[in-house]
Amino acid sequence: MTLTASDLRNLVLAALALAVCALLPFGGSGYWLGIGVTIVMFTALATSWALFSGPTHYISLATAAFFGVGTYVTGLGFEVLPFWSLIGIAGLIGAVLAALVGFATLRLSGVYFVIFTLGLAELVRQVITWGQNMTGQRGLYVLTDITEAGIYWWLLGLSAAVYLGGWLIGRSRLGFALRIIGDDETVAAHSGINTAFAKVMLFMVPGAVAAMTGAILAPRYVYIEPSLAFAPILSFQVVIMALLGGASRLWGPLVGVIPFTLLLESISSNFPNQTTLVLGVAFLVIVYFLPRGFVGLLEDARGGLRKRAGGMA
Amino acid sequence: MRQASPVLAVRGATKRFGGLVAVNAMDFDVAEHQVMGLIGPNGSGKSTTLNLISGALPLTAGTISLRGTPISGLPAQTITRKGVSRTFQLVRLLPSMTVLDNVVAGAVFGHRRLWGAEARAQAETLLERVGLGGQGHLPVGQLTYIDTKRVELARTLAGDPKLLLLDEWLAGLNPTELQIGIDLIRSLRDEGRTIILVEHVMDAIRSLCDRCVVMAAGTKIAEGTPAEVLSDAEVIRAYLGDDDA
Repeated sequence: MTLTASDLRNLVLAALALAVCALLPFGGSGYWLGIGVTIVMFTALATSWALFSGPTHYISLATAAFFGVGTYVTGLGFEVLPFWSLIGIAGLIGAVLAALVGFATLRLSGVYFVIFTLGLAELVRQVITWGQNMTGQRGLYVLTDITEAGIYWWLLGLSAAVYLGGWLIGRSRLGFALRIIGDDETVAAHSGINTAFAKVMLFMVPGAVAAMTGAILAPRYVYIEPSLAFAPILSFQVVIMALLGGASRLWGPLVGVIPFTLLLESISSNFPNQTTLVLGVAFLVIVYFLPRGFVGLLEDARGGLRKRAGGMA
Repeated sequence: MRQASPVLAVRGATKRFGGLVAVNAMDFDVAEHQVMGLIGPNGSGKSTTLNLISGALPLTAGTISLRGTPISGLPAQTITRKGVSRTFQLVRLLPSMTVLDNVVAGAVFGHRRLWGAEARAQAETLLERVGLGGQGHLPVGQLTYIDTKRVELARTLAGDPKLLLLDEWLAGLNPTELQIGIDLIRSLRDEGRTIILVEHVMDAIRSLCDRCVVMAAGTKIAEGTPAEVLSDAEVIRAYLGDDDA
């Protein structure tokens, strides 16, 4: 693999940004650390979501299903296994679950896929609720000595891995195949691409990442139960943030996550009952005014500038 | 004289859509370096036959073999990798990509799988080949109709296929473009490529095809050189009706 000068520059800049972000827990503000955790969590979720859904245009609402499975992995295993291994196990289970879902549904087109993924979270939630009723439990206590700063660093590392993975995939045959599939699946198949395999492979990424995110965040909840772990609103938030930023670029979702988290934070502290309203309005704004997200806005602005410069030359 | 083992052998290929028999027990061979025309009136099953060969549709019955190995029943991507590549009746390009990336797509995943600089070099050579040299950076939305056809042709050639399927590649071109198009396909033929041509343009069929298979209502009604089949009474009847036969 060859790296150009601009690749190297981007890598160095990304490493510097990562180092700066890693300093946040030393700032001493619990409030901002809390917001930092939310931002890195959604960065990992939305960026990995966009890796699959950006090129293929399949809207997945399965984030909550994978996330919930991850929290339960930690909830059930934290007393017997070290934390890092639980994150790995959650990632594996998330990837396998995503592969199963993928093989079953990715042959379906658009709407059927959306509905299936939404139903999946509900299905897993009901199964776990049923399991708990059988054993007479209500929820699980997750009492660990993992601090908020620890959670933040784990999530930051996961986000960095998602970016690195996304960057590598974008340069790989798989990434190219997914872009072709997103453009025209018939052409993709007739160019020699195993479309089902490519889609399933890439769908495993957001599955694994969401499960790992859930596993990392479980200690923060202290007490987990199905309605909390599998809350469907999480899936919608991830979609909205990724689309607000723009799913066509690796850095796109981040541009959506930061303003949206801050907005949601200020809304929920000032008007705690109106958060769903904000989500709804945000969705309308995206659909009507920002169909390609902030990324599209920036690219149009840049294209306009170039055109003006070209006109003057 | 007995021909060497054919590149493509179609035996009893049949496609039914419910009660409708779109392709009925088609038999034909395509020999190496041969340009075969698949002709017939509209709705006679030519495109469906092509779809059966390329794997876009599964066969209801019969077999299709590429150099003696059965390919019927395989998915389209496997058939492409084995060396059968096609264009579409309605041009299909990748709208979000540049001209060059459209062709690179064929080079990366096709019969010969290239990557990186090799795939780009292959794509640039082919763009040159189809008359679009130096146009690789253009978005496909800016192309004229014939140029979109050229890009699609370059994409199918990029994987270096053993057999090329052209589905009405010359349709919709104006007279000047038609001549350019015929010359382009003739140059492929002169390279020794094996081609199946679904076509309505009679000039093209006469000047390009070594052999023709004529279909009507899903069935093969004639086979032979263009001159033979175009003077065949049954073929004339199929095209023009009983009065002219």
